[in-house]
Amino acid sequence: MTDLALIHPPLPAELEKAVTRSHRGKIRIAAKDRSRPAVNLLIAVLLFLTVLAFCTFDYQNIDFSKAILDTLHNIRTVFLEPELTRETVGGILYQLLVTFCLGTLATILGAVLAFFCSLLCARNLAGAGSVHVIKSIIAVIRAVPTVMWVLIFAVSAGLGSVAAVVGLTFHSFAYLTKAYAESIEEIDPGIIEALKANGASYWQIICQAVVPATITYMVAWTFMRFEINFANAVAMGAAAGAGGIGFNLFMAGSFYFDLHEMGMLTYIVVIAVVILEMISTKIKAKVK
Amino acid sequence: MEKTTDIFRRRKLTYTAVFLIFLTIFAGTSLITEFSLADGAASFPAAAAWIAENLIPDQEAMERLPRILERLLETALLSVAVTVVAAVCAFFFSLLGSNIPHIHGLVKRLVRIVAAFFRNVPDVVWAMLLMFSFGQNILTGFFALFFTTFGLLTRAFIETVDEVSASCVEALEATGANFIELVFQGIIPSALSGITTWVLYMIETNIRSSTLIGMLTATGIGYLFDLYYKRLDFSSASLVILSIVVLVLVIETASNRIRKVVLS
Repeated sequence: MTDLALIHPPLPAELEKAVTRSHRGKIRIAAKDRSRPAVNLLIAVLLFLTVLAFCTFDYQNIDFSKAILDTLHNIRTVFLEPELTRETVGGILYQLLVTFCLGTLATILGAVLAFFCSLLCARNLAGAGSVHVIKSIIAVIRAVPTVMWVLIFAVSAGLGSVAAVVGLTFHSFAYLTKAYAESIEEIDPGIIEALKANGASYWQIICQAVVPATITYMVAWTFMRFEINFANAVAMGAAAGAGGIGFNLFMAGSFYFDLHEMGMLTYIVVIAVVILEMISTKIKAKVK
Repeated sequence: MEKTTDIFRRRKLTYTAVFLIFLTIFAGTSLITEFSLADGAASFPAAAAWIAENLIPDQEAMERLPRILERLLETALLSVAVTVVAAVCAFFFSLLGSNIPHIHGLVKRLVRIVAAFFRNVPDVVWAMLLMFSFGQNILTGFFALFFTTFGLLTRAFIETVDEVSASCVEALEATGANFIELVFQGIIPSALSGITTWVLYMIETNIRSSTLIGMLTATGIGYLFDLYYKRLDFSSASLVILSIVVLVLVIETASNRIRKVVLS
């Protein structure tokens, strides 16, 4: 005890009251963080699951070094030697337009449906019952992967743009309802109360208070969703025969094994997405 | 033209104009994609009937349940593994792209461009590209998801690090801390809860994406769905969907709980 006191000499009495010491007499310098053990536990669990995953994967005795070398070679072909062999530039740009339109359609349909549903899902406009019901429906819709929605609708509508748009609309609807409802919940309750006191009807409150107060957020969210929908439309073209540039990618990659064309198509998609991202960043900055 | 000063009238005009613009866009895009709203609406009853008919799995489908669950577990573990590995790589990479001192502006810009590249190349492309060299292997899905997750998380972490650590980095700088101390004593502790919420979100997203990639590369739960779907064994296919829904909902609920504790 004596040498501990030598290493950690006691402070003047009034200062000693202000500090806490560990059992070895060290002064604690870090603030106690209650969430820290939870984070540590989470990290431990995730690391354990990762190790478990790598131990249980069936690698099928793959020749790893050869596969890596082949991949690097293919990456070089795709990204450094892009070339259109089968399609014309005009044809590809038209396919890009088709993908763009698929994304637009799904966004518009999703936004319209989501607007009305968000009115039933915002806590300051709707009853607790309807909020609960809509939120549960949305959770289930979101849990089904987009491609499966597309394929479910393909059973009745056939593979093509109808199934793709309806399938994409489902996720847009769920995402936007949640986003819109959150923006509506942030409205100053005084505005709604004032209109109610004036005897405004439900739709008057919506059109004159809710929409003007939330429109900038809604536009930002909708455009963000459009970005996602564009990327999803590419994927649906590849995986569910929805047409557009995604289908060209799929044909180049899985049918003709034409890596050069795949590279060119990839570059066109990436440029389109980057442009959309830049516009969306601008819109978001304006909203903030 | 007479100027309208009446706010209600102006608002009404704006609403009408916006409505008409969107109607035109809708009509134009429908024409290009050969989409018809009537067909879309008409497919709803049939799809609802399909869901009602196949929602409850039949005997044959139940026999396939063990196989489905095995693949489902594999997919869940894959998503966790991909996200964790990508998160670790993305964190250290994102340090080079964030606004902390000791990093050259050129490096910063380069990191952001690389992240944008990985984020925006569709995972479908990675999947098909890797298919050539890795074949029908779980590693195909792993790397395809890894690249996009890495790009997305790098961007997210750059934002998190910048947002969270500006003041504490300045304080540590003033005490003369070096770069390593700055990262491990300042940035990691303050950004950790933000990082974990991103990781949880990506695990959820990757489960959904891995079904799509599975379809293209014939691996995992996506392949199983594709197989049953193409054989018109819809009962088994819907059992696959059902199992995915349950898995995603469980993970979503768990991560919501964890998020609440972590952010408290």
